[in-house]
Formats: sequence, C-alpha cells, structure tokens
Amino acid sequence: MRMANTSNKFLRNLLNSLFDLLPILVVVLVFQLFVIQQPIDNVEDIIVGTLLIVLGLTLFIQGLEQGLFPIGETMAHSFARKGSVFWLLVFAFSLGFGTTVAEPALIAVADEAAEIAALGNMIEDTNNAREKYAFGLRISVALSVGFAIVIGVLRIIRGWPLHYLIITGYCGIMLMTIFAPDEIIGIAYDSGGVTTSTITVPLVTALGVGLASSIKGRNPMVDGFGLIAFASLTPMMFVMAYGMLI
Amino acid sequence: MQWLHAFAFTLLETCRDVLPIAGTIIGFQVLVIRKPLINPRKTLVGFVYVLLGIALFLKGLDMALFPIGDLMAKQLTDPEFIGINPALREVPWEAYLWVYVFAASIGFATTLAEPALIAVALKAQEISGGAIQALGLRLAVSIGVAVGISLGTFRIVSGLELYHFIIAGYIIVLIQTAFAPKLIIGLAYDSGGVTTSTVTVPLVTALGLGLASTVPGRNPLLDGFGLIAFASLFPIIAVLGYAQISEWKNRKKQKTANRKS
Repeated sequence: MRMANTSNKFLRNLLNSLFDLLPILVVVLVFQLFVIQQPIDNVEDIIVGTLLIVLGLTLFIQGLEQGLFPIGETMAHSFARKGSVFWLLVFAFSLGFGTTVAEPALIAVADEAAEIAALGNMIEDTNNAREKYAFGLRISVALSVGFAIVIGVLRIIRGWPLHYLIITGYCGIMLMTIFAPDEIIGIAYDSGGVTTSTITVPLVTALGVGLASSIKGRNPMVDGFGLIAFASLTPMMFVMAYGMLI
Repeated sequence: MQWLHAFAFTLLETCRDVLPIAGTIIGFQVLVIRKPLINPRKTLVGFVYVLLGIALFLKGLDMALFPIGDLMAKQLTDPEFIGINPALREVPWEAYLWVYVFAASIGFATTLAEPALIAVALKAQEISGGAIQALGLRLAVSIGVAVGISLGTFRIVSGLELYHFIIAGYIIVLIQTAFAPKLIIGLAYDSGGVTTSTVTVPLVTALGLGLASTVPGRNPLLDGFGLIAFASLFPIIAVLGYAQISEWKNRKKQKTANRKS
C-alpha cells in the first residue's frame, strides 16, 4: 500500500516536471518548423536529453522537500534557540561566500570581464594580469554575497523593513553608475543575476523563513524573504567599486 | 558507455560545486550547533536526490537544449535570415522582429522550468497558506522575464544605453513598492534573483552574444552583456504588479459584496 503511494507520487511528480518543460519544447518546435524552417539534427540526443531533464527536475524537487528545505530550517531554528547572533552571522557569511566563490557561472563571467578590461586598456593585456583581475573580481563578488546574507539575516533579527534597505541599495547603484567606468557597468549589472545558484536559493530561502518563524514578532511571509534580493544587489555595487578602484 | 562516462563527469562536477555548501553546513552542525539532526538518513537521501537531480538536469540541458538554443540564436540573428546587408552600418530595429519574439518566448518557457524558482514558489505557497499560488507566481515571474529579455535584445539591436533602461526600471520598482501590499515585497524582490540560473543564463547569454556579434556596429564584448540584468529586474515589476492587481480585484469584489449585503 505504502509502496504504491510512493510510486504514485513519483509518477505524479514526473508528470509535473514534464508539464514544466513543455513550454520550452513548444517554443523550440514552433520556431524550428515555422520560422527558421531548417531540419533539426540529432533528434535522438534531444529526446534522451529531454527525458534526463524531466527525471533530474523530479529528483531535485523530491530532494528539495526532503533534504534542502528541512536542513535550512532546522539550522535556522537551532541558531535561534542557541541565541548566539555572532555564530549565526558567521554562518550566514560562510554560506554566502562559500557558495559563490566556486559558482561556475561567476567564473565564466569573471573571465569575460577580464578580457574586456584588457581590451579597454584598464589592465595589461597579459595572461597573468587577466587572471589576477578575474580572481579579484570573483573574490569581491563572493565577499559581497557573504556580506549580503549577513545584512539580510541581521535585518530579519532586528525587524528592519526590507524596502528601505533595498531602495537605499538601488540609489547607491544609480550613484555608482555615474562614476564607474563604462566597460564595467554591463558586467556589474549582470553579476547580480549570476550569483544565486540552484542549491543556494532553496537553502537561503529556508534559512530566512526558518529564522523569521522562530523569532518572536516576525512574520515569515513579510520578514522571511529578501535574502536573495540582497544577494543580487550587493554584487552590483562591489563589482562597480572594484572597477573604480582598479 | 560513453554516455555513462559523461554523466559521471557531470555528477563529479556537481559534487565539487556542492562541496563548499556541504562543508559549511556540516562544519557548523558539528562544531557550533552540536546537536544531531532529527532525521539524518532522510536528509542525507534528500541531498543525494538533489545532487543526482541537478547532474541529470545539467546533462540533459547539455544534450538537448543548449546546442539547439545556440543554433537557433545563430540562425535567427544571421544577417541572411534577417534579410539585411551585413555591410550596412545601421539597420532598422524592426528587422529583428523574430528575435524579439523568440527572446520573449524562450525567456518565458525557460523560466517556468527554472528549478530555483520552483523551490521559492513552493515555499511561498506553503507559508502563505495557499494565498499565493505557486503556479501563479511562476507565471508572473515568467512574464516578467519574457518582457525583460525581449526589451534587452531590442536594446542590443538599437544600441541604446543599458543604464537608462535599468534606472528607469528601478524607478518603476520604487513607485510600485510604495503602493504594493507589504506581504509581497520580500518575495517580489527575491524573485528577481532566482529567475536567472541554470536554464536561463546560458541560453540568454548565447542569444546576447549572437546578436551583439552580428548586428552591424555592435561589439560582442561591450554590448553582449545586460540581458541578465533585464531578466532580474522585470520579474520584480511583474510580481509587484501581480500582487497589486489581485489586491485591487479583491477590493472590488468586497465592495460589490458589501453593496449586496
């Protein structure tokens, strides 16, 4: 009986994932057939790949509810019960810094940015100079995300209203845009989006919501969200600052 | 066999990416919290599911979606397909109509399949007690991304300044924040950051680079950027707008109900 239930649930989840993927298939097919009108090669690869995506998404969501969400919330509760703000902030920083510094999307963006900087004569056009620049950029983005989670967690503890902080951040970005070198602006704006990966987002969300629901006087809906928002805001500032300093 | 090799490689890569996160969690659990997990085996199995899931997902994207996405970006931005003379120095922006349509549709479709967004939407539905529907939120975000990316491609074609658009977007967000229901603000701001991860970023980057390197007068290194910024800004506007519209509708419904009684 139980077995049947689990496999039923799994099947339903599989169907859901297929449903999530359907729009992509429709877009690709419609454009290929009616607009581009060229034959698709490797149809086999596409079919196998699609099945893998569906299976992967299903497993991910299963693991999310069973592993990532619970651990994020349990840790939030334990920290709240322990009552040590210091350790909570250290944890928040390590989580932000650690998950970002190795993020593959960020590594790719940093390398591209170094290329632009070399072309724009901001740095010497040697491998060494470029690598140094890209590494510095990665570290500053990772620091900025660590800093963002710390501020976000502090905000949940203290109950500061989110929108004032975010609006201040936006104003800061607008001001910095005026002074930052033109070449860095596009990269800086993009860097806000690439820092938040598929594993970081559920963990950080669960942490925020868990904290907000275990601290008295906080509402998980009003106070629990917002950590990701900080993590996509501060990298823009730090990258522009990096561009201005170098 | 080769297929299995490639998958094992992707799995190893995923493990490497997860290592810092796992290290942080285990380190703090053992050294600072010093309490055993309530259900260690279930959690561990959950983690393994996440790892396997992401690895399969990435492998599938590599096999099915990314090559065809790349190819389509190239085909759609090809001067021959557009029907322009590549020697021209300026092209009318209308010539790229199909690119904007493609940008909007692929942005919408990939965002719906974005795992990080599904995660946040599920959490929001759970916490709001169903007042926020996961699918409704995902649709709002996807519409935001669609508009954002399509505007972003228009910007690359027209060569307008990126920061004008972004700052105008910020101003809209500021105004909406003043009027939107307080409950939704955190979630709306968050949705900007979660839209752009595994599926959307590589496809959108391919499109941006394809455009910037084929539109006359654009430099891929300077003009190829900015699409992700658009894709993270417009969902905020869309989610705030969605909340405002549903609040407005509710109020109207209440008014008519009050009048009737």
